[in-house]
Amino acid sequence: MNDKLNRDAAQGAGQPQGASRARGASNGLVAIMAKEFRRFFTDRRMVITTLLLPGLMIYATYSVMGSAMQTMFSVSEDYEYQVAAVNLPASIKPLTEQAGLDFVEIDPASTEQIAQIKQRLSEKDYDLLAVFPADFDARLQSTLGGDAPPSTTPDIELYYNSTHTQSATAHSLALGLLDSYKNALLPLFSVNANSDVAYDLVTKEDEAGFMLSMLLPMFMMIVLFSGAIGVAPESIAGEKERGTIATILVTPLKRWQLALGKVVSLSCIALLGGASSFIGLMASLPRMLGASGAPAGDGPGVLLYSTTDYLMLLLVIISTLLLFIGLISLLSAFARSVKEAGTLVSPLMILVMVIGALGIFSQSAQENLLFYMIPIYNSVQCMVGIFSFTYDTAAIALTLLTNLVLSGVCVVVLTKMFNSERIVFSR
Amino acid sequence: MGGTDTILQVTDLSKTFKLSAKQQRLENTSEKLRRAVDRLSFTVRKSEIYGLLGPNGAGKTTTLRMLATLIRPDSGDALVDGYSVVHEPQQVRSRIGFLTSELKLEEFFTPSYLFDFFARLHNVDPALAAAHKQRLFERFGIGEFSEVKVASLSTGMKQKASLAISIVHDPAIIIFDEPTNGLDVLTARVVTDYLAELRDAGKTIVLSTHIFSLAERLCDSVGIIVGGQMSVSGTLDEVRAGKDLEDRFFDLYQQQAGEAA
Ligand SMILES: Nc1ncnc2c1ncn2[C@@H]1O[C@H](COP(=O)(O)OP(=O)(O)OP(=O)(O)O)[C@@H](O)[C@H]1O
Ligand SMILES: [Mg+2]
Repeated sequence: MNDKLNRDAAQGAGQPQGASRARGASNGLVAIMAKEFRRFFTDRRMVITTLLLPGLMIYATYSVMGSAMQTMFSVSEDYEYQVAAVNLPASIKPLTEQAGLDFVEIDPASTEQIAQIKQRLSEKDYDLLAVFPADFDARLQSTLGGDAPPSTTPDIELYYNSTHTQSATAHSLALGLLDSYKNALLPLFSVNANSDVAYDLVTKEDEAGFMLSMLLPMFMMIVLFSGAIGVAPESIAGEKERGTIATILVTPLKRWQLALGKVVSLSCIALLGGASSFIGLMASLPRMLGASGAPAGDGPGVLLYSTTDYLMLLLVIISTLLLFIGLISLLSAFARSVKEAGTLVSPLMILVMVIGALGIFSQSAQENLLFYMIPIYNSVQCMVGIFSFTYDTAAIALTLLTNLVLSGVCVVVLTKMFNSERIVFSR
Repeated sequence: MGGTDTILQVTDLSKTFKLSAKQQRLENTSEKLRRAVDRLSFTVRKSEIYGLLGPNGAGKTTTLRMLATLIRPDSGDALVDGYSVVHEPQQVRSRIGFLTSELKLEEFFTPSYLFDFFARLHNVDPALAAAHKQRLFERFGIGEFSEVKVASLSTGMKQKASLAISIVHDPAIIIFDEPTNGLDVLTARVVTDYLAELRDAGKTIVLSTHIFSLAERLCDSVGIIVGGQMSVSGTLDEVRAGKDLEDRFFDLYQQQAGEAA
């Protein structure tokens, strides 16, 4: 509207009784924000559904998922492998106990029993079948003596099922056992012979960070977006639907104060919801990481990152939330009802999920700075960078700037929408 | 008209709406545009109750919304206490109280909180607001309901709370669309009595109604709108011209219908 003309002019004259301009224009902005907070924090139902439930649910889901993965991808220590051997040579027998494989010996003549074991292996009901040549030890001696042609080198057959965790483990145990026996007989050279040394130099950070950088960005984006959906349509489309926004619009409150006040306060509330989810995730992390084989360490995953990492993450999250709230607010202001707002927002939700999912496939953060000017994508890449310890501070700065500028644009457009009678009184 | 005691001067105010396809279907019409208010002019003097009278769809609500700066006129202007609704809406907003049944109070909050909230939006000094709240709530018997959520209030109590809150900043002009709509006779009487009281205290009130008896009882001046146009405007006695207001309306209505045909 044309209130720019008179914003400052003629303010002294003819003031209505009781009004005082002295306390500045920020009063209205503060009042709008205070109302949004009050609306939220004095409503027990809202506090429970947006603050407590997300964190609790994520903790519960991921803890259960972590435990399930643990049983899926690892073999418990007291598991007894179901292994059988045909013609188990006398030379190898003494070594089997140390390897943890207690072979059942099968008569080479009972072909039926052998076939049955193979069947059970394919049904994941058995772990390993080792078939040795009948004269294994004798042929081994002649090979070692060098007086036998290479074609007579004895061959051992190991039958297993690679999709069955226990079977795959039994297979590698058997391979290890045979390998070390071979090395003992013919020590040409050895690899990683010292069992006291940890040869895999992956750091605890790397392994855990890799896991987190894959999953967390998408997870965070979805959590942040759902948090924003939880508050913005209700506050904007809801007020429009119920006719309470028009009551505010007849006061001298500036439209930009209404727009900015809503966007900022709703972002704060959504941030708390996001924090709840984040805490839930971090608390469930030890189980998740334990399950993936990454060393979970003694403490929760939280300890992996430095304070600076967390600060960066927080800044990225805040700027992302502001943008999300800004975008959802625009769609909500456009909608005639909360329900319609939900319909309008869902394509955006899908977009956020897809872009978040792209983050799963990035090993490390995008290096080309220009990409950090693409909203949503930039947030995902920043998170990938932070979680995988590969972030570039310039990229984060550019992301923050982009998101803040775009949120500002959202506030400006929202102000225009609040000024438009077509939007406020749409029929 | 337009002497020194004029507080509201409306000149050639017009508003045309684009009808949506849905609205065309609902109203069974093929016209794309609806001229809701058509070059409307009238004057309201200080400390009077002015009633806009007209049948459904005459354009009363649209006119009042333009005066309240919620919608912009296509052409024409209105000066509220000397400020243009087109060019100085911010000034107008701080001088008027606007009340209609479509403007709702947020159900989640209490009348007391909402009063304070709107006092802040109007930049009213907190101490003044508190005293004003006490006085108004007592006047309307809201006192014991002041901490009850609006959602739990009766329609009448809601209307009284809305009225109190709409004048939180003690405006010089009160614009009231259908003040007694949906109220029982008792509550309606409380509201109309209060409007008369405000007028006696020097406030100016512009209201709309399609109830002629109400206008006759309450208003000092009236304007009769038919089809978005002002048929006649003046003091109650001038408009009545010795007749019953309702009969006068039918005369005017038939006259206008005859002209249209
Ligand atoms: N936002 C809008 N979009 C389209 N048409 C509208 C809009 N607002 C009002 N109208 C139309 O303008 C005309 C005047 O409406 P208005 O609400 O001003 O009448 P009114 O005198 O208040 O009637 P009532 O006594 O029924 O309240 C009506 O035909 C209405 O359908
Ligand atoms: Mg009306």
